[in-house]
Amino acid sequence: MTEASPAKPYALHLGVIALLFALSFVLPDYHHGLLARIMVLAVFAMGYNMLFGYVGLLSLGHAMFFSAGLYGAGLTVYHLGWNVPAAFAAGLACGALLALVIGLLALRTTGVAFMIVTMMFAQVFYLVILYFASWTGGDQGLVVQQAARVLVLGSGSLDLTNPTVRYMSALALFSIVLLVTLAIVRSRYGRVLVAIRENEERTKMLGYDTFSNKLIAVVVSGTICAASGAAYALLFGYVGSSFASVQYSILPLLWVLLGGAATTLGPLIGTLFMYYVIDITSGFTSAYLLIVGIALILLVLFFPKGILGSIRQRWLGWLP
Amino acid sequence: MMPLLTTKGLSRSFGGLRAVDGVDFALMPGEIRAVIGPNGAGKTTFVSLVSGRIQPSSGMIVFDGADITNLPAYARVRLGVAYTFQITSVFANLSAYDNVALPVQRTLTDGRSKGAVRTGVMAALERTGLAARAHMPAGQLSYGHQRLLEVAMGLALKPRLLILDEPTQGLADSEIDNFIQLVREIAKSATVLLIEHNMPVVMQLADRITVFNAGRILAEGTPEAIRANAEVQQAYLGTTP
Ligand SMILES: Nc1ncnc2c1ncn2[C@@H]1O[C@H](COP(=O)(O)OP(=O)(O)OP(=O)(O)O)[C@@H](O)[C@H]1O
Ligand SMILES: [Mg+2]
Repeated sequence: MTEASPAKPYALHLGVIALLFALSFVLPDYHHGLLARIMVLAVFAMGYNMLFGYVGLLSLGHAMFFSAGLYGAGLTVYHLGWNVPAAFAAGLACGALLALVIGLLALRTTGVAFMIVTMMFAQVFYLVILYFASWTGGDQGLVVQQAARVLVLGSGSLDLTNPTVRYMSALALFSIVLLVTLAIVRSRYGRVLVAIRENEERTKMLGYDTFSNKLIAVVVSGTICAASGAAYALLFGYVGSSFASVQYSILPLLWVLLGGAATTLGPLIGTLFMYYVIDITSGFTSAYLLIVGIALILLVLFFPKGILGSIRQRWLGWLP
Repeated sequence: MMPLLTTKGLSRSFGGLRAVDGVDFALMPGEIRAVIGPNGAGKTTFVSLVSGRIQPSSGMIVFDGADITNLPAYARVRLGVAYTFQITSVFANLSAYDNVALPVQRTLTDGRSKGAVRTGVMAALERTGLAARAHMPAGQLSYGHQRLLEVAMGLALKPRLLILDEPTQGLADSEIDNFIQLVREIAKSATVLLIEHNMPVVMQLADRITVFNAGRILAEGTPEAIRANAEVQQAYLGTTP
């Protein structure tokens, strides 16, 4: 963050995007589909990292922001027949609004209280989804029909259920969020967020209204998570309450911890790693969760700062 | 001339302890004012009330003619009240550069300074002699350099009132001489409120001295008058002349 030349980080990030683009043409079908899903969920992890990694606020309720996007997009398509861009915007708006309200309430607390309050709100959100089952499909969820998942562009159209289109859409969203995140953490605002994480009291005494800065961060984080949820609904066509359960609040935390909190590429690496460890181990043993657990413990022991966090600490100090 | 800072009946209790007890205080623009007094006299509590770091139990604080008693700390900083901590409180994991960049970019956002962040940061680091260590994590600087970094952060806020709480604590003698020069420099553009135990430093720098004891102002005057004051010697130095 010390105003090093911006060329290296941007080159690295553009390189990662180019690599993901190239992979689209060489990956076998199965991995191609899996990677599209991972990129969408990595956006969720990046949104979580914004708040957890950079501001140091540990939320246990981010499933509600992902679901706000998921249902905001899914329900408007399903019930109101909105087109893809409008539904995506609706998902973003739901996430941003929810994050604003939750931020105003939850930011009165810090530390463990913040974890509990965000978890309670997410639980309320989950129960509301189940309560309005006639609209939301309850725990069965809803399947968004293929016909509704077509992006009309001028005279042509893009079928989001086509694997290549889906992969490229996921990559486009991932790339935008990655570059936006990079720009934020390298900006003056990003420096203030880190200062709040390191010592909030001191930051106030340098003239910063830390509450407002944290509130903005919650809204940015919630909106990014909602973008991931909205994309999930539109690209994979399934909208279900399991995405609002506490499991989906803990997963982004694990992905970020694995990949490296407060690193821009850590969320991708953590999500990728976790998916492939599960994918590979579940292939040859039914006790795969045990192996995943052991892998997590080993990582925390030997790479306490996550994969990328440790690499930054040991070798590449310039990593953003 | 109107005082830059006035307090009226300023008080703060912790439980039953009256740490600051009905303090009426006035500070003229351009002054270097030293605040002295025995440990626990309430000096840090008093300046914490002025900076907004803690809330008063009663009383009033006026800065540049405006009542700031109910303003949050960050708003007072933007008005030009800067506070450097008695207990070193730099961002240990951030570089010295980033530590100073935070106050610099604040003044840029508030329109109280102009130019690039880098220029402002390097100027403040140069004034405190830390320019060569800009890229070191603040936590790895020596204690004396961390104290100077605190001062650099205060300076970078472009304060009208700079509050220094025991800035020379833990500095070597050679560092103290440089520090005296630095405060003289700062005083050309800001009013300085200096809490200090080191009497030679106080005597060299202060235009006037305020003596605190048990939460109250015991005496106030020029360095000569304070040195000659029997009551002060009794309370502070524990000796009778
Ligand atoms: N947050 C607090 N809670 C309870 N008591 C406090 C608190 N802060 C200060 N005090 C008490 O108030 C009194 C004044 O403390 P203060 O720190 O203002 O003294 P000081 O003059 O700065 O002393 P020193 O020269 O040791 O720095 C002391 O008795 C102290 O123990
Ligand atoms: Mg003190």
